Amino acid sequence: MFFQKEIETMPRKELEALQLAKLKETVAYCYNKVPFYHQKLTEAGVGDGSRIRQLSDVQYIPFTTKEDFRNNYPFGLNAAPMKDIVRIHASSGTTGKPTVGVYTKKDIDVWSDCVARVAVAGGVTDEDIIQISFGYGLFTGALGLHFGLEKIGATVIPASSGNTEKQMMMFRDFGVTGLVATPSYALYLSEAVKEAGYPLSDYSLRLGILGSEPCTPEMRAQIEANLGIYVSDNYGMTELGGPGVSGDCPERDGMHFAEDHFLPEIIDSATGERLREGGKGELVVTTLSRQGMPVLRYRTKDITSITYEPCPCGRTHARMSKTAGRTDDMMIIKGVNVFPTQIESVLVGMPYIGPHYQIVLRRVNFRDTLEIRVELADAELLERYQELQELQRSMHDRLKSVLGLEAKVTLVQPKTLERFQGKAKRILDLRNEPQA
Amino acid sequence: MTIQQLSVFVENKHGGMAEITEILKNQDINIRALSIADTTDYGILRLIVDRPEAAVEALKDGGITVTLTDVIAVELPDRPGGLHEAVTALTKADISIEYMYAFLCQLRGRAYVVLRVGDNDRAAGVLQNSGFRQMVTSDLCET
Repeated sequence: MFFQKEIETMPRKELEALQLAKLKETVAYCYNKVPFYHQKLTEAGVGDGSRIRQLSDVQYIPFTTKEDFRNNYPFGLNAAPMKDIVRIHASSGTTGKPTVGVYTKKDIDVWSDCVARVAVAGGVTDEDIIQISFGYGLFTGALGLHFGLEKIGATVIPASSGNTEKQMMMFRDFGVTGLVATPSYALYLSEAVKEAGYPLSDYSLRLGILGSEPCTPEMRAQIEANLGIYVSDNYGMTELGGPGVSGDCPERDGMHFAEDHFLPEIIDSATGERLREGGKGELVVTTLSRQGMPVLRYRTKDITSITYEPCPCGRTHARMSKTAGRTDDMMIIKGVNVFPTQIESVLVGMPYIGPHYQIVLRRVNFRDTLEIRVELADAELLERYQELQELQRSMHDRLKSVLGLEAKVTLVQPKTLERFQGKAKRILDLRNEPQA
Repeated sequence: MTIQQLSVFVENKHGGMAEITEILKNQDINIRALSIADTTDYGILRLIVDRPEAAVEALKDGGITVTLTDVIAVELPDRPGGLHEAVTALTKADISIEYMYAFLCQLRGRAYVVLRVGDNDRAAGVLQNSGFRQMVTSDLCET
């Protein structure tokens, strides 16, 4: 199923010609409208971009970083006058000033198209009743999905996050067929549904459109099993306008970019060099359609790879693999790079333990230690002491083979680890705290 | 003839045990016997109490992982070889013991051993035929 079949299956040659034309337009637009870009493009010798001949010339354009957004807070990167701006979104700003995004009418329209493509690819039709359990507010996720789903003609319930009982009540009473949430909140809700004890046949749920944080295949499988739904994943961020930058197709073998609106690249995050197709590195994205806040070569800090191989689903747009994690989330433990998603892939699907976990980093005698706290969910093992020890040993061994590190696995009482309604914060880094 | 034993997960953290004992105290539950299996990371507390079901409910409500198991509590003669006779009877019947622990019952003035075996019914029969008396649930409630 397609939302905009002609564009989504456009032959690559045509698509790349379209991208090239839009890239040149975008560079000229930035050069003319945004002093910040004017200066950067001038310094780099790119100027208004009129000498750009091919897509790979994008490499001569300087990067834009989160720092640039912060330094130009709130409206320094605006390209359109405020009278043309119809909406402002912002990131949560946990790491300083929030990142602001502004949208013209056309921006909202394009954004909704991108989200609608992802949602239709994930199985949504105009018959669906979709509950959006993202927190509403400045966050791009909720309203982004909201507008995209309405564009398809689906029925939208702006539930927002929180109040689990009410979420479940609406599932049942409103005949909800689809859930929009972060993977961690979806997992939490799916556990609550299991515990509430109503048979799944009391629900009409059939699909989930999850996003805004990485979802491992193992976690997805668990959510799917708990709720009896099909889950698709999508990708985006405030700096690039929100969700819908890329999303799963029915093959679920990489997320297709909306390449007519975004130009993706992969770079070596240390050197800034572009990597060849398939190379794993940091995703860099240039927006090709945004009016309110165009962005040139934004360094996403997400680690992934891109393929241009034809996809059996018929879409011609490039696919990115599941993000291995953000360079932000990456922990360096005893000099080894570790992503929370690696740990999650080991834990989710393990029997007898809950899917929630916490990663605790400490420094003991100048050496890093890694502790992983998981909940013992099933009391049955208390009578089978050997199996309990075996479980702990096998978690330890698998973590060691996946991470290449010793990790201490600690079992804790059920429901004692923190649950998250938005993005999960699972890392507790005590390495710079005074030792207790 | 079995009695119910609680197996309680004890986190290895400061106050982990007190959390459990407090719940039992608040519910006015009396502990008759206990044993703990521990590693450096956690412990499993085995408890014989006067009201096992109420205890399980209270602990679960308190967010503690707990399970109930049927075990045999056999009364032993207080003399050398007393335990050996009971164990031998089971060994001869090819019943293996997973774990056991002893306690004295002040009310009855007797020594008991709690046995966790694979097949409770068969073990109970074997012990009875060998002349051993076993504790029943009502024995735990005596005041």
